[in-house]
Amino acid sequence: MEQKKHIKSLTTKNLQNTVKKGGCGECQTSCQSACKTSCTVGNQSCEHK
Amino acid sequence: MIHQYKSNGHNIVLDVNSGSVHVVDELVYDILALYETESKEEITGKMLEKYQQPMYAKLLEEPISEELVCEAFSEIEELKEQGTLFTEDIYRDYVFDFKSRKTVVKALCLHIAHDCNLGCKYCFAEEGEYKGRRAMMSYEVGKKALDFLIANSGERRNLEVDFFGGEPTMNFEVVKQLVAYGREQEKIHDKNFRFTLTTNGILLDDDIMDFANKEMSNVVLSLDGRKEVNDRMRPTRNGMSSYDVIVPKFKKLADSRNQNNYYVRGTFTHHNTDFAEDVLHMADLGFEQISVEPVVAPLEADYALTEDDVPVVCAEYDRLAKEMIRRKKDGSCFNFFHFMIDLTGGPCVAKRLAGCGSGTEYLAVTPWGDLYPCHQFVGNEDFLLGNVDDGIVNTEVQNKFKLCNVYAKEKCKDCFARFYCSGGCAANAYNFSGDINGAYDIGCELQKKRIECAIMVKVEEALMDETN
Repeated sequence: MEQKKHIKSLTTKNLQNTVKKGGCGECQTSCQSACKTSCTVGNQSCEHK
Repeated sequence: MIHQYKSNGHNIVLDVNSGSVHVVDELVYDILALYETESKEEITGKMLEKYQQPMYAKLLEEPISEELVCEAFSEIEELKEQGTLFTEDIYRDYVFDFKSRKTVVKALCLHIAHDCNLGCKYCFAEEGEYKGRRAMMSYEVGKKALDFLIANSGERRNLEVDFFGGEPTMNFEVVKQLVAYGREQEKIHDKNFRFTLTTNGILLDDDIMDFANKEMSNVVLSLDGRKEVNDRMRPTRNGMSSYDVIVPKFKKLADSRNQNNYYVRGTFTHHNTDFAEDVLHMADLGFEQISVEPVVAPLEADYALTEDDVPVVCAEYDRLAKEMIRRKKDGSCFNFFHFMIDLTGGPCVAKRLAGCGSGTEYLAVTPWGDLYPCHQFVGNEDFLLGNVDDGIVNTEVQNKFKLCNVYAKEKCKDCFARFYCSGGCAANAYNFSGDINGAYDIGCELQKKRIECAIMVKVEEALMDETN
């Protein structure tokens, strides 16, 4: 966590950086995990960390 | 675009387009709300006026001054320059060529049995029959499905196959045969099958458990929570309790998998909007991987969630998130699937834009080999895509799914949650709006709340790490 006086920033992956390198398609299909009706993609892991 | 909200005593700011998360003080929180619509001078004036009042002054660590506001502005501008605040949406152009993108099939939901030994009242599969007939998938049909998957998977190495139903353990010999066939074929074609099993547990025995532990990368165990809640909606065919039969077996299976790579998965309805109790009940039973999600039902069903339930359910998500944090601090944590969010290693934008992949990357296969966009569409002939012999025939419908992305959905375009739910479930959207690019409004409200809670839990965890 990066701290300034007024703002603390969590360590996150910048989505914009994934535009060029992303899209390999090896990641899990969302419905194959534990949701069969409520699509949840943000909780999945990238296979190419 | 930013999304700012208060949760569990934190002022949280999500920078939507970069995925950055910030925790800010009251002053920055107020400035951010005005930042894009008013000038620095106007905002400074408003801040001085507000924080000179004693009731607000006490929210700041030092007295308000022009210098303090200036300092807050500097921090905001620094983050803007870093690309973690008010970042631009560069993705809309990225989707223009969605139709011509090459998609491969990477996951199948095999309907091993269109039959079930429970009589769940909310079952979208109508007790396994899916508006059709009772049927079991033969080994021959299953084999063709796996061949179809391999042949259409392109360069993709990891292939997912879910043994689904109805109740797949009612046809378990075929499951075993198909796994053996898959293991043989993966060597030949340099693929890696990830098999999963979704079961209601009634027929679960040592033989199935041993097999599942050896071959299934994930098992989904259907349980709604407290005994009275579970048995109300998940009775046996003759109206008896299923809870007493399945819970001991699920506990044994979860332990035998070292509490990993499984989920106890439940559904909550209008009858148990206090579903946090069900999640906690399952955690108290010793389950560490829990998924409980809102029922999807026609509005006229007595168990369907209503507009009036939304604030109740949202408050329940808050309560659950706080209790999870409390338990984590006590060292007795569990995972709640719908609060899981991977901020540091989550999926790329391409994945987030395209969503679940139903109809393109993900298909459901009926016992007789018909292909549908996903399990939720099975039985609706308008969505029949083809079969395991001929492959995809109905390319017109498939192209609609191929074009599915968050920017194709009017209600998603400006939603802060769009890169987390990725446009949501196409079947839900169709059922409630008549269009796979529509929206299921109640589902959206709950999804947004879950994302807010999930981020808040991450904030708490980061703060815990700081103090440890």
